[in-house]
Amino acid sequence: MTSLEEVRRRVEMDAESRGYKLNPDSYFLNDLLEGLRTNEERYGYPSCPCRYATGIFDLDKDIICPCDYRDIDVEEFGACYCGLFVSKEVYEGKKKLQPVPERRPSKLIERALSGRTTKEPAHEVKKEERVMEAIDGMKFWYCKQCGYVAFREEPPYICPICKAKREAFAEIYLSVFAKG
Amino acid sequence: MKIQKVPGNNKKHKVFVYALSTCAWCKKTKQFLKDKDVEYEYVDVDLLSKEDLEKVKAEITSRGVPLQFPLIIIDDKVMITGFREDQINGALA
Ligand code: SF4
Repeated sequence: MTSLEEVRRRVEMDAESRGYKLNPDSYFLNDLLEGLRTNEERYGYPSCPCRYATGIFDLDKDIICPCDYRDIDVEEFGACYCGLFVSKEVYEGKKKLQPVPERRPSKLIERALSGRTTKEPAHEVKKEERVMEAIDGMKFWYCKQCGYVAFREEPPYICPICKAKREAFAEIYLSVFAKG
Repeated sequence: MKIQKVPGNNKKHKVFVYALSTCAWCKKTKQFLKDKDVEYEYVDVDLLSKEDLEKVKAEITSRGVPLQFPLIIIDDKVMITGFREDQINGALA
């Protein structure tokens, strides 16, 4: 069982490494840490406490804390969707913490709430097809500024390494040859 | 479906909250209503059975609002997504 202190330490370390602060309201912060711990116990990973999760990794992977939307939300609103990670201005009370609009695409939310994965039921496929199916909408993206490579449906909002904006990402085209 | 009722002396409006048990903004919303002594009902959507979840999902989408929490419904017509204090206060006035 993960303890609340472990969750707190993990989140603190993450905030520090990115130059963020944690929510200064200790009750609010505790509720969020509890939520993360509950979700980790329930699903096996700390999915976002303020979003509906399915327990199916493929449907939840964009909302595992820190979620894909955090960096851009802290930059734009001074806080992530939950208000766990905040900017220095919000932390110091120079900017008021407001509810942050949901950035997660509604098609992902609906997909999660209906519990559907995009995978088709297994059937006989040629090897080549199987390779394509495994990729399932996923693409390689590289950051033109620092070379960081991500494998996901959409490019990251901000490069986690050099903080370049989404526009700096370009798709890498790969051809896969399957033998046999 | 497990709908929780929180008693209060202010019964002027019918208040219903769709929430997640893990969500801090939802908790804040519940506490806010409690502090104002507003009677309300809520359901924690993350604790529902699959069947009930389907019902809730259909209900929320049929109202044309996003599937986000907390969702506060006042008198069956005012719908507020998120803990927007001013909006909630306005609708409860
Ligand atoms: S919104 Fe904040 S708390 Fe929620 S998953 Fe993203 S970073 Fe974590």
